[in-house]
Amino acid sequence: MDVISQLVLLSVGTALINNYVLHFFVGMCPFIGVSRRVDMAFGMGAAVTFVITIAGILSWAITYFILQPGAPLTRLILGREIDLSILSYIAYIFVIGACVQFVEMYLRKFFPSLYKAFGVFLPLITTNCAILFACLEIMKHVVGVGPAEQWGLFQAMGLAFFAGIGFTIAIVIMAGIREELDHCDVPGPLRGPGITLIVTGILALAFLGFTGMDRGINKRLVAPKPAASARAQLAAAREGVREHGGAAGAQGATAPARPDLSPDRAGRTADEPGGPARVLP
Amino acid sequence: MASDGPTPLERFINGILPENPLYRQVLGTCPSLAVTGNMKAAMTMAGAVAFVLVCANIMTSLIRSFLKPHLRILVFILLIAAFVTIADRFLAAYMYEMSKELGPYVPLIIVNCIIICRCEVCAAKQGVLPSLTDALGQSAGYALALASLATVRELLGSGSWFGIQLFWGEGAEQYRWVLMGQPPGAFLTLGLLMGLSVWISQVWGRRTKPRVSG
Repeated sequence: MDVISQLVLLSVGTALINNYVLHFFVGMCPFIGVSRRVDMAFGMGAAVTFVITIAGILSWAITYFILQPGAPLTRLILGREIDLSILSYIAYIFVIGACVQFVEMYLRKFFPSLYKAFGVFLPLITTNCAILFACLEIMKHVVGVGPAEQWGLFQAMGLAFFAGIGFTIAIVIMAGIREELDHCDVPGPLRGPGITLIVTGILALAFLGFTGMDRGINKRLVAPKPAASARAQLAAAREGVREHGGAAGAQGATAPARPDLSPDRAGRTADEPGGPARVLP
Repeated sequence: MASDGPTPLERFINGILPENPLYRQVLGTCPSLAVTGNMKAAMTMAGAVAFVLVCANIMTSLIRSFLKPHLRILVFILLIAAFVTIADRFLAAYMYEMSKELGPYVPLIIVNCIIICRCEVCAAKQGVLPSLTDALGQSAGYALALASLATVRELLGSGSWFGIQLFWGEGAEQYRWVLMGQPPGAFLTLGLLMGLSVWISQVWGRRTKPRVSG
């Protein structure tokens, strides 16, 4: 349950709310260059999704096992803890380049038809910022965070895959609009990249509408009966304020709203007996 | 062939307007959209890009005789990644707040098409001096492009420039055009500015052409 809700949140958050093209501006070069026709745009999106997932998995493995401070493999080889995260940029770009090369070779050998369909897009992906950006996002959740929040392979893979899906959604919508745009009377100077960017701006405006969707889904998934739990929350908050004062009340208010998150709840229930006990004497 | 090409000074001027990396070649759009919410971030980014571009161009030009054709892109990217790591560490050490604000867009300079393009087109074929002036011209052009974008966005978005409140004064909060600081504003501004630059060059061309022919 927890895994599925996490996956749903990750997918909505990465593919729709923080869409890589429309929110973080990464992957603009293929977005402008290859969005002339829907089938080509779809091919590019599929290729990016494919490579970004593999690169995400590999970069997670490299960060987790080699680059992060106190990584197991580095400790095994060198015999002491060492922080190699300064090498991460070089390592990631190397991983992405090698990954694209291997994917290309593999496809050419085993799936010639798919290889022909991807065509020129595959080598282009090496310099697609979206992939490096996904690797850096994954690194942010592995290096420099506590062991409890550290991401596992599952989350890294989910983030990378849904980033690719988000890119595909954006580029296919854009290609559909541009196909229609060919029949429009665009003012001369704006033809080409100009009008594409303006349309992208309007598209980004539409995607702003997804903001806050993750909070709603979180509420639905984690607290199955929102109305009842809200009432209980309010009552608990009032009780808490009356009994233990502000701090304990706030604790009581957040605890019943998230019954499924076991680590949080365990932390809180461990705290709560301590709180009043300290107050009473 | 190399001696027939443009002189170093021409290369420098070429980079600023006729071959402006952002408006003419439409390269490096990703970071330029992301960091132009305010002037300070844009100028820091322009400085970082200039440092990496100049260093990478000089190094590429120095090792150009050793380059093998099938490995050259890999060599370029590794060189650039090394210089970007230096720039990133420098920013984190001396301008911590700014490095936090720029976030992942500093490492993303590695895959900035401008730098790879200049290494490939110019530095891999020319001596040190031409590639140095080329890098300086391109980075000046990029800085100008970022500055124009950031000026529009910061003025409209918060009424300030380089963090100095220029108009709206005390009650600036209520006049703020919030959209300008957000992704849609970036796309719209760049699209309109790109159209403007094309329009200016068209008008310019129409005005100069009769003089040349007549």
